[in-house]
Amino acid sequence: MTQITSGAGPTAISLRGATKRFPTRSGEPFTALRDVDLDVAPGEFVSIVGPTGCGKSTTLSLVSGLEPASAGTVAVHGAPVTAIPDGVGYMFQADAVLPWKNVLDNVALGLRYRGAGKAEAHARARDWITRVGLAGFEDRYPHQLSGGMRKRVAMAQTLITEPSLLLLDEPFGALDVQTRELMQDELLRLWSGTGAACVFVTHDLTEAITLADRVVVMTAGPATVKDVVDIDLPRPRRVEEIRLTPEFIDLYKRVWDSLREEVEITRTRGASRVA
Amino acid sequence: MSLDIQVETKADTRPTAPTPRSPRRRRTSRRTLLTHAVRVALIVAWLGSWELAARTVIDPFYYSMPSQIWDKLVIWFTEGSSQGSIWGTIAVTLEEAVLGFALGTLAGVLLGVVLGRARFVADVLAPFIKGANAIPRIVLASLFVIWFGLGMSSKVATAFVLVFFAVFFNAFQGAREVDKVLVDNARILGAGRWALMRSVILPSATSWILASMHVAFGFALIGAIVGEYTGADKGLGLLINHSQGNFDAAGIYAGMLITTVLALVAEWLITQLEVRLTSWRPPASGQASGL
Ligand SMILES: Nc1ncnc2c1ncn2[C@@H]1O[C@H](COP(=O)(O)OP(=O)(O)OP(=O)(O)O)[C@@H](O)[C@H]1O
Ligand SMILES: [Mg+2]
Repeated sequence: MTQITSGAGPTAISLRGATKRFPTRSGEPFTALRDVDLDVAPGEFVSIVGPTGCGKSTTLSLVSGLEPASAGTVAVHGAPVTAIPDGVGYMFQADAVLPWKNVLDNVALGLRYRGAGKAEAHARARDWITRVGLAGFEDRYPHQLSGGMRKRVAMAQTLITEPSLLLLDEPFGALDVQTRELMQDELLRLWSGTGAACVFVTHDLTEAITLADRVVVMTAGPATVKDVVDIDLPRPRRVEEIRLTPEFIDLYKRVWDSLREEVEITRTRGASRVA
Repeated sequence: MSLDIQVETKADTRPTAPTPRSPRRRRTSRRTLLTHAVRVALIVAWLGSWELAARTVIDPFYYSMPSQIWDKLVIWFTEGSSQGSIWGTIAVTLEEAVLGFALGTLAGVLLGVVLGRARFVADVLAPFIKGANAIPRIVLASLFVIWFGLGMSSKVATAFVLVFFAVFFNAFQGAREVDKVLVDNARILGAGRWALMRSVILPSATSWILASMHVAFGFALIGAIVGEYTGADKGLGLLINHSQGNFDAAGIYAGMLITTVLALVAEWLITQLEVRLTSWRPPASGQASGL
């Protein structure tokens, strides 16, 4: 897991010229990602923003080892990614909890897969269920939970494996504003002190800036890194307080100025396609 | 006329039924009652007109009639048939069908799920499987009698092939249609090949597999009976065959009726299994229980 490359210590993620092409029916491959260079240090929190469909989820799928890169290199903890690297946790954009298992079994899943006994796995799962505020719902099936509760199950399911690299794809995208702020605080609380590197994809700039050490802005598809904005706000942060400070508003303007062009490109493309 | 009475008495007992929950529920249960009543009426009308026609216009020698079939059944169950005890006959056929069903389902699920996840192997084998499926299976029954003799194994083999293909194609499709996100998530969480199969692929394909099992037991019975019909020393198929040889139409109908009852009982059992295995699912209609 900690293979040290010569020179500097291993970065949690290192993308060099990462490119992803998908085969299409017409034969002409579709380029979703083009020449992405990105480094994430251990313990660092990086947010990724970009127009819809630009290739953010694709970037995460390369890092997680679920999809191979078409060109360029992808390394996690200093080792090139050929399969799913050790220590990766990935919370998917779509609902991924198993509908036929109850909350307790869903949260315990990762430990069971990694060979833990049932009693031990359940004990630790109960602990995590309490931490994400779902105590009392252990026996419910996913269809008996609200969308926000299902997201919490997914979060507990991912965090229980204690990943050293955490990939989160719009984890709170489907939540109402109040629940979302609650979950952001929760995430910061759970993440701080773990030393895990975290990549957080979102469309919500406030969320991106509030949580991150750096915000990466991606171009309209095929995506590449357009801009990286350092967020030097002090930690620990309280989500609802920090967004009222003048420093925050400046940062928001910087990120939005960078992103706006790309969003507009995407929008005109969509419009021309409809026309 | 008796139908009217039946509906009325049941309707009368309704208010005393344990805690009617809501007007909607009451409406639903009245609806079920009506459904049952209409069903009974249909059966009575059908049997009645058959009996009447057989007594007046058509020749009961060819077409038999409900009262003759009933007499036949009474004789079979009290005195036994030409092959001795009817229970023994039923037991033989049932054993063949159940064995063929169990083996066929097991093989169909295993092969279906494995091929459903192994794209390359599936592509290679596809034409062979389609070819095998195109073989008329009734012809196979004759072949099996030559291979395995008149005993039980030739019937089990016939039931097996009928069940296998029904289950196989559904299990295959079910394993293919598994949500990719669920698979990816399980892999990230550390699932190996076997754990993935057990905790994600199989449960996800279960509804497909169960759907095929409903028809599969009917197929198993058909397989057993056709096998017996083709050549056997005991069983329901042989009994039906003998009835045909004796121009005993009532015997054929009676055998048919017993087979149908067997299939319905099996269908009920499979539905119970389905309810158990899919208890995690949201209830289909307004039948939310205990909430
Ligand atoms: N398996 C695939 N085959 C072909 N094209 C794909 C595939 N997966 C993604 N794409 C395409 O790649 C592009 C980027 O997709 P991706 O899911 O990474 O976008 P995204 O940035 O996550 O968008 P969103 O913010 O809406 O989630 C899209 O145009 C999409 O159509
Ligand atoms: Mg996405």
